[in-house]
Amino acid sequence: MRALTPFVMVIALVLLAFAGIKTANLHFLFGVVIPYAALGTFIIGVVYRVLNWGSSPVPFRIPTTCGQEKSLPWIKQNKIDNPSSSLGVIMRMAFEVLLFRSLFRNMKTELKSGKVVYGSEKWLWVAGLAFHWSFLIILIRHFRCFIENVPFVFKTIEGLDSFLQIGVPLFYITEATSGVLMRYFYKVHIVGVKILTMGLISFNPDPKILNEIGTIFYVHLFLISVLLAYFPFSKLMHMGGVFLSPTRNLANNNRMERHTNPWDYPVEVHTYEEYENDFRDKMKKAGIPVEKE
Amino acid sequence: MAKDQTPKADELFSTIDYKAPEKSWMDTPVEFKPGTFCHGSRPKYLELLHMPYPKEWKPGEEDWKLPENWKEIFLDGMAERLKKYRSFKLFMDICVRCGACADKCHFYIGGGDPKNMPVLRAELLRSVYRKYFTTSGKLFGKTAGARELTVDVLRELWYYAYQCTECRRCSVFCPYGIDTAEVTIIARELLNLLGLNTDWIAGPVSNCYMKGNHLGLEPHTFKSSIEFFLSDIEDITGIKIEPTFNRKGAEILFVTPSGDVFADPGTYTAMGYLMLFHELGLDYTWSTYASEGGNFGFFTSNETAKRLHYKIYAEAKRLGVKWILGGECGHMWRLIHQYLNTWHGPADFLEVPKSPITDTAFENARSTKMVHVAEFTADLIRNGKLKLDPGRNDDIKLTWHDSCNTSRGMGILEEPRYVAKSVCNHFYEMPENTIKEYTFCCGSGTGLNAGENMELRMRGGFPRANAVKFVRDVHGVNTLGNICAIDRAALTASMDYWVPGIRVAGLHELVANALVMKGEKERTVNMRNEPLPGKEAKE
Repeated sequence: MRALTPFVMVIALVLLAFAGIKTANLHFLFGVVIPYAALGTFIIGVVYRVLNWGSSPVPFRIPTTCGQEKSLPWIKQNKIDNPSSSLGVIMRMAFEVLLFRSLFRNMKTELKSGKVVYGSEKWLWVAGLAFHWSFLIILIRHFRCFIENVPFVFKTIEGLDSFLQIGVPLFYITEATSGVLMRYFYKVHIVGVKILTMGLISFNPDPKILNEIGTIFYVHLFLISVLLAYFPFSKLMHMGGVFLSPTRNLANNNRMERHTNPWDYPVEVHTYEEYENDFRDKMKKAGIPVEKE
Repeated sequence: MAKDQTPKADELFSTIDYKAPEKSWMDTPVEFKPGTFCHGSRPKYLELLHMPYPKEWKPGEEDWKLPENWKEIFLDGMAERLKKYRSFKLFMDICVRCGACADKCHFYIGGGDPKNMPVLRAELLRSVYRKYFTTSGKLFGKTAGARELTVDVLRELWYYAYQCTECRRCSVFCPYGIDTAEVTIIARELLNLLGLNTDWIAGPVSNCYMKGNHLGLEPHTFKSSIEFFLSDIEDITGIKIEPTFNRKGAEILFVTPSGDVFADPGTYTAMGYLMLFHELGLDYTWSTYASEGGNFGFFTSNETAKRLHYKIYAEAKRLGVKWILGGECGHMWRLIHQYLNTWHGPADFLEVPKSPITDTAFENARSTKMVHVAEFTADLIRNGKLKLDPGRNDDIKLTWHDSCNTSRGMGILEEPRYVAKSVCNHFYEMPENTIKEYTFCCGSGTGLNAGENMELRMRGGFPRANAVKFVRDVHGVNTLGNICAIDRAALTASMDYWVPGIRVAGLHELVANALVMKGEKERTVNMRNEPLPGKEAKE
């Protein structure tokens, strides 16, 4: 079973954090050192990956066009799916990133009575959208742990996040589970947590508070830390990658504006002169004009 | 030719199976099935083009006569391209395997081989990328989805790189815009570093390089091929046309794929151009040197493509024309639209294209200075410059095939429809999830339109045929219109196979039928010399 390996790994991570706190008493390691290291890895890693992608140029302007091009004035252009201006590109990217426009197009191919049919298949889109937006809301909700006076917007969001449990990758589930356990069952010392997080964020963690927080919080924090550290090395980087995708983030204005290739180099060609040298007599006989008689 | 060995349509259909196999793909070795791959390129072509490692070789045999350091060449080539193409690098990294692309490829739909799922086709190369270019792949190997580059892996890459027509349909559905065409293009470039092209691609490339067109028509033959049409046109219309070749000082250079000069039904479209331009009194010239709009170099490597398309601007400059008009072709237009100006521009020796008939300036082509003939003709009709009798096409019930390259690499959708509807009274669309940006490839693009891989081509052509069958059954459609030379050849074969009785016609063949020319005799036959509707009795 393919799902088994990650499952075992997650359990191992949970046990590691549990043992680290319960038996080895490594509160400082799990409460301060690891979170800092993970956050550092995350930031440096993500920045590195994005810069690294960016360091490879885009030699050709290759948008995938998904609608009518801009051509004659009386033909209606699809300005979002086949943008020719920067505004169009911004709209296209916004639809893509916020609403998963391309995933919305999904359909299902099936064989039915001697034919192939394409049925509506929106589940991937619905699930994808629900999952990513939930994730964002969870993230925003956690801001209350990092901000002294919680702004109104965050409080509003807390009211509408009850639809979170979707079939999501195991890792997030485990994290969410540890979070839910903390909130509703084990009741960690939330004021203590806030003191710790505020200390972490101001680079001045209070070591005294560490022992007052429940173990389950450390498990949660450890799992988050592992996720953060893993992020830049994984396909989770699609978050940053989507913004750089040359089939989506370029205007289809190819015949209007010249695109240059930074590594363009001269190539071997067969010139007209060589061609005429090869065929001059035949051309003359056929009445085709030549340069040299 | 190999058609005889190809299973019958219903037999082939019954083998389509979308069930996932039990074994993991990495443990399923590649099997070279006859009828699904092309012959290896002959050495003479590669020698002529100065391309590496020319040799006699057969893809189906074990020994590919690889150079000793083939692995190093391949991996160095990969490293170089990761630095050169953001698309390649990004698409190696960001796939999350959501599966949206899996059932969108025509080869997958027509067969069910999981390695024809775009995600898995890319994964064939991605696994090599992970092994040699990522830390996790180096450390964790197979667990991280990485695998060693072996001769078997190389063979598998070759087999599936030549089962992708770079049609970009998958990239429409991918939430990150991952375009398998970009992966296949690079895969084929890497294989070409080892001299592993197909004969059906390398042959046309070397022809085009030396003689100006894929077919290898020498200047006098190219001219006489076109002159051959003139007598047909005169028989049909009573009008004598005298086109010019390599004429300096013409206003417009006309470039179109050479396939239409050579094989039916593309020839009828070529005749359509000749008649239309004559009727307009257009000051234009053909060129025997730039006698190819298509570019099989693109199916070899970026560099080869650039070498072939050099001729278009060079010839325009030599002849001193003002702008260039391009004929109906799919991949030609992807390249003219997205590559030509970058390769060989700026074309500042040309002027912003302006129709001499309507005075319309084609602002959308102001930099490249090349106009698509469908844009040109749509503008003519819109401005009432053509006298048309669509009744002459009344025997035609038309449906429209959007070519993959012009749909997803350009977006020319409504112009040809406007023209088609102006010259045909009966027009029916195929289901909307099979047209425009969702259109299906003919199954034979990117140089796969050979004879020896007919089973593959018919599988790839199945989804398009399936949609045509639908409109045939519902609306009685009998003609499949398009603006692509490869479509005209390939769809003719796939329609004969899957939906016999459907004709394939280029847009300007339909225009030619309907075009009422000054001083023409009473027309009794269409461009194919078949009686026009209502004129059957007179024949």
